[in-house]
Amino acid sequence: MQAAIPLRPFVRRSLLAALFAGLMPAAALAQFSLPPLPYAPSALEPHVDTATMEIHHGRHHKAYVDNLNAQAKNIPELAGMSLEAIQGQISKYPVAVRNNGGGHYNHDFFWTIMAPADQAGQPSAALETAIARDFGSMDEMKKRFNEAALTRFGSGWAWLIVTPEKKLAITSTPNQDNPLMDLPEIQRGTPVLGLDVWEHAYYLKYQNKRADYATNWWNVVNWKEVSRRYDAALK
Amino acid sequence: MEHTLPPLPYAKDALAPHISAETLEFHYGKHHQAYVTNLNNLIKGTEYENLDLEAIIKKAPAGGVFNNAAQIWNHTFFWSSLKPNGGGEPTGALADAIKAKWGSFDDFKKAFSASAAGNFGSGWTWLVKKADGSVDIVNTTGAGCPLTTADKPLLTLDVWEHAYYIDYRNRRPDFIATFLASLANWEFAAKNFA
Repeated sequence: MQAAIPLRPFVRRSLLAALFAGLMPAAALAQFSLPPLPYAPSALEPHVDTATMEIHHGRHHKAYVDNLNAQAKNIPELAGMSLEAIQGQISKYPVAVRNNGGGHYNHDFFWTIMAPADQAGQPSAALETAIARDFGSMDEMKKRFNEAALTRFGSGWAWLIVTPEKKLAITSTPNQDNPLMDLPEIQRGTPVLGLDVWEHAYYLKYQNKRADYATNWWNVVNWKEVSRRYDAALK
Repeated sequence: MEHTLPPLPYAKDALAPHISAETLEFHYGKHHQAYVTNLNNLIKGTEYENLDLEAIIKKAPAGGVFNNAAQIWNHTFFWSSLKPNGGGEPTGALADAIKAKWGSFDDFKKAFSASAAGNFGSGWTWLVKKADGSVDIVNTTGAGCPLTTADKPLLTLDVWEHAYYIDYRNRRPDFIATFLASLANWEFAAKNFA
C-alpha cells in the first residue's frame, strides 16, 4: 500500500487561483472518468463473454479510475496531464499511480482495439506490409504474440508495439505496466495492440485455459483501430 | 524424481460455500496439476532432475523451473492452511506472538487483510515466523515463496485471481474476510510455529 503524499497547499492554492483568474480551463482540473464501452457488453460473444465484459469494465476498470482519482487528490498535477503523459513519467510517481494509472490507460486502450467479430475488419495495407517486414507473416506475428501472452507468468499484458525505430515488436509487461512507462525493465514503444492476460480477463469463460482465450481473442481484434494507431505511431 | 500432485486434505466440496467445489476442481485439479506436469517436463535431463521440491525451490533462478516448483509447494501449503469450519483464533504460543506483534488478534486481522488486498496482481500473503522467533506478514509476487528466505511460513492465502474469481469475482476483500472468518487452519499454523 502506498503512503499518502502530503498535500502541498501552495500548489493547490495556485491551481485554484489560476482557475478563478480564468487562466486555466476548468476541464484541466477534471478528474479521470470511466469511458463507456464502445459496444454492448455482449458484442464480443462468444469469444469474450458478457459477464466478463460487465465486471471487467464496470468493476475492475472503474476501480483503477477511482483509485487514480484518489491519487490525483494528493498529486494535483496529475489532473492536468493526459493519460499517455502520465505513463511516460511514471517513475516520478508513487506505485499506486503506476498501478492505477497503468490500469486506467491499459483498459481504456483495450476496449478500443476490440470490436464485434463481424466488424473486426482487416489490417491496412501499411500495417500488413510492416507485419510481413518485421515478422515474416501475419501467422508468425500472431504466434509470437501468443507466446508472449502465455509465458507472462501471473498478471500482465502482451503487446504489439511500434519501437522508437518505427519497427513493430512484441513484448509483455507485468501487472498494469505498459510500454509507454519510463521504467528500466520495460521495452518501450507505442502500443498498437494489447491483450490483457490477468485472470479476470478470461477466467469466467476460459478458467485455466489462457491459450484458448488468446487464440479466440483474435476474432475480435479491431483491425481498423489497430491500423489507425499504427499510422499515428509512425508520425 | 517424478513429482506428483499431493492429495487434497479434504473433499472438493468440503469448503463450500466459502470456496466452491467448482473452484477446487480448477484450482487443485487443473492449476496445481499443471504446475506438477510442467515441472516434470522442465527438469527432465537437467541438474534438477534428482532434487526434491524444496531443494529445487532453493536452487533454481527466477524462471520456469522455480515458478512451477514453488507453485507446487505454495499450493500444497495453501490447502493445509484451509479447513472446513476453520477461522476463529489461534491459542497458545502463536496467539502470544501475534499479540506481541500487533497488539490484538483483531489488529492482526486488519494488517493481514490490508496486506492481502494490497498485493497487486498475482501473489500470496503469508504469516511467517522470523529468525528471531517473532511473527510477521509477508507478501510475495507470482510464485514467490518464503523458503528462499530466512522466514518460516506458518499460514498462507493465495490471492491469484484464480483462487477466488469463480466465487467472488473482483471482490478480493470478501475472499480475505471469509478466509479469516471461516477457513483459516490455526492448528496447522500453530504446528508450524512450534
